[in-house]
Amino acid sequence: MIDQYLYLAVILFVIGAVGVMIRRNALVAFMSVELMLNAANLALVAFAWHHASFDGQVASFFVMVVAAAEVVVGLAIIVSIYKTRRSTSVDNANLLNQ
Amino acid sequence: MIPLETIDPVAATGLFSYAWLMIALPALGAFVLLGFGRYVEKSGPYLAVATIGGSFVVAMALFVQMLAAPVDQRAVSVQLYTWFTTGTWQLDVGLLVDQLSILFALLITGVGGLIHVYSLGYMAHDERKRRFFGYLNLFVAAMLTLVLADNYLVLFVGWEGVGLASYLLIGFWQYKPSAAAAAKKAFVMNRVGDLGMVLAISAMLAQFGSSAFIDVNHGAEHLAPGWTTAIGLLLLLGACGKSAQVPLQAWLLDAMEGPTPVSALIHAATMVTAGVYLVVRSHAIFDLTADARLAVVIVGTVTLLAGAWIGCSKDDIKKVLAGSTMSQIGYMMLAAGIGPAGYAFAIFHLLTHGAFKANMFLGAGSVMHGMNDDVDMRHYGALAKYLPITFWTFACGYLAIIGFPLTAGFFSKDHIIEAAFGQSALVGTLALLGAGVTAFYMTRLMLMTFGGKKRWLDGVHPHESPAVMTVPLIVLAALSLVAGAVMNWWIQEWLEPAAGNHAHEVELLPTPIGWLTMLVVAAGVFVGWWVFGRKPIPAVAPQGNVLAVAGRNELYGNAVNDTLVVKPVLGVSRAAVAADAKAFDGFVNLLANALGGLSVGGRRVQNGYVRSYALTMVLGVLLVGVVLILGLGA
Repeated sequence: MIDQYLYLAVILFVIGAVGVMIRRNALVAFMSVELMLNAANLALVAFAWHHASFDGQVASFFVMVVAAAEVVVGLAIIVSIYKTRRSTSVDNANLLNQ
Repeated sequence: MIPLETIDPVAATGLFSYAWLMIALPALGAFVLLGFGRYVEKSGPYLAVATIGGSFVVAMALFVQMLAAPVDQRAVSVQLYTWFTTGTWQLDVGLLVDQLSILFALLITGVGGLIHVYSLGYMAHDERKRRFFGYLNLFVAAMLTLVLADNYLVLFVGWEGVGLASYLLIGFWQYKPSAAAAAKKAFVMNRVGDLGMVLAISAMLAQFGSSAFIDVNHGAEHLAPGWTTAIGLLLLLGACGKSAQVPLQAWLLDAMEGPTPVSALIHAATMVTAGVYLVVRSHAIFDLTADARLAVVIVGTVTLLAGAWIGCSKDDIKKVLAGSTMSQIGYMMLAAGIGPAGYAFAIFHLLTHGAFKANMFLGAGSVMHGMNDDVDMRHYGALAKYLPITFWTFACGYLAIIGFPLTAGFFSKDHIIEAAFGQSALVGTLALLGAGVTAFYMTRLMLMTFGGKKRWLDGVHPHESPAVMTVPLIVLAALSLVAGAVMNWWIQEWLEPAAGNHAHEVELLPTPIGWLTMLVVAAGVFVGWWVFGRKPIPAVAPQGNVLAVAGRNELYGNAVNDTLVVKPVLGVSRAAVAADAKAFDGFVNLLANALGGLSVGGRRVQNGYVRSYALTMVLGVLLVGVVLILGLGA
């Protein structure tokens, strides 16, 4: 039974990872990161259910808290970048390399 | 040889406790002139003259009081303050005013004062006159510190001060590269001598636990003979540097680059006399070591002949006089090296030489003043009529230096030659020969400058110098004539307690050696006239024989220095530079280049694209995962 959950988690994680790597839009990349976090959450909860323990569920709560905080900071950064550059392309945000 | 017991100094009372004023006045003058530049631009030179005048008055007052005091009360020690204390050593700063140092103080402030006055005229049109007088004051203050100190360490402070002041003054016209180089040369060669001084003082501190003259005088007899000889030779090295004795003589002729009053000051009143003073002051050491005394005699004899030789062949009037100074200081060294018999004669000749050499240098300055600062005697001639005061005063100096009967040099040089014959027939003969050569080159100088026909360059109109320059000349000329006779019967006895010499009976009528000296001098004058007086002097120097060419090249002293010291040192430093550049820098650069190359590679990874970083992270995670899985499997 757990297999299906894990397959789904892996599929979601890979979609997220590929999304981060190939999409230029910062917002989409951001959503992909969220997708990867949620894939990990799904795996944690599935294992917790499988082992009949709460450890994984507790861990997934922590992940959600961190993700919420990350969304706050990350979206603020993306908005301010958009305000100054009129673009949310992550390829354009390479000032530190220059 | 048992040295006479020297009398210990008594503590200072009354006027003597103000002896420090002698040093403080010119030091203050130097401070004001150099420190408050613009405010004393006009008045500064007069202030400088006034401070030296004040010093001279103090010295004279002390001298008179000393004359009145009984013999065992004459040497006075003035304790000023403690310099520093470290471990068991306590170093006090104090002055020793005794029969020897007061004579020096009088010479320095007296002749130095006259030179200051003369400089008012000589440097009247120099823009940096104020600075010049500040340096002169510094020079005098340093020299007074040197002769009045009561221990070798304070003496060394003055010794270095003299070196500094001479550097500043020789290079006074520093926009001339030759003057700047001459100043540097004097400074560097003096450093070689200073090394000897430092080692000698260190040896004294190690052996006696003190560098005070009184401790050294008392402790010297208990010292191992090896140590006394070592200290004596080291002191001699120091004396050679300051007094321009062979082998450290090369700086003196170049030092003529400075203004003429500076040459007079260096050659007559200060600087070169310091070496003679040092040897006489250290008589307790030299009395006990025949080897070091012999070295002093050899140095003195070689220098007196070398200086005279150089004096014979130079056409530059100041360089002739410089060679003559070397030669006369050689006489003094010779006398000082002979030991107890000669100390007083060395100081006697030093004092008379101070008068007549200052006279002649200032006279040469007066001639240059009239001849548009030309120093080449081949452009002079027939100046006696145009510069009468300069001529007559110079003539007095001339008579004094060749030892014309009853002039200053007659008494003082005769004694040295006699003492030299007492040492050995060879040294005596060489000293006698030196007297003849002195007469020859001085006659040459007189004939080329004041006699013969005009050989002036175009546009030269000789004129007598102003009174501010001629009055010092007249005073010094008078001293050149009478100083010998005044001191002849007095100085030996006077110096006996301080220098530990044995007084000899001196007669007015010359001894056989005295007659012989006069004969040799007369021969020297005659040869000088025979060569330079009978026919016109060519305006361009003739080819000259081997002797003249060697003399013109200063006996190849510079070449010797170049070959023995400068070239090896340059070679070693070039090799060191090459090793540094090739081996050490090469290795370090290689390392740096390798790291730099690595960084260039590393930088490529940082391309600034977020997505490529994400890819790297994913690959990294995969790698870690694979390793973990494989590792767990194993």
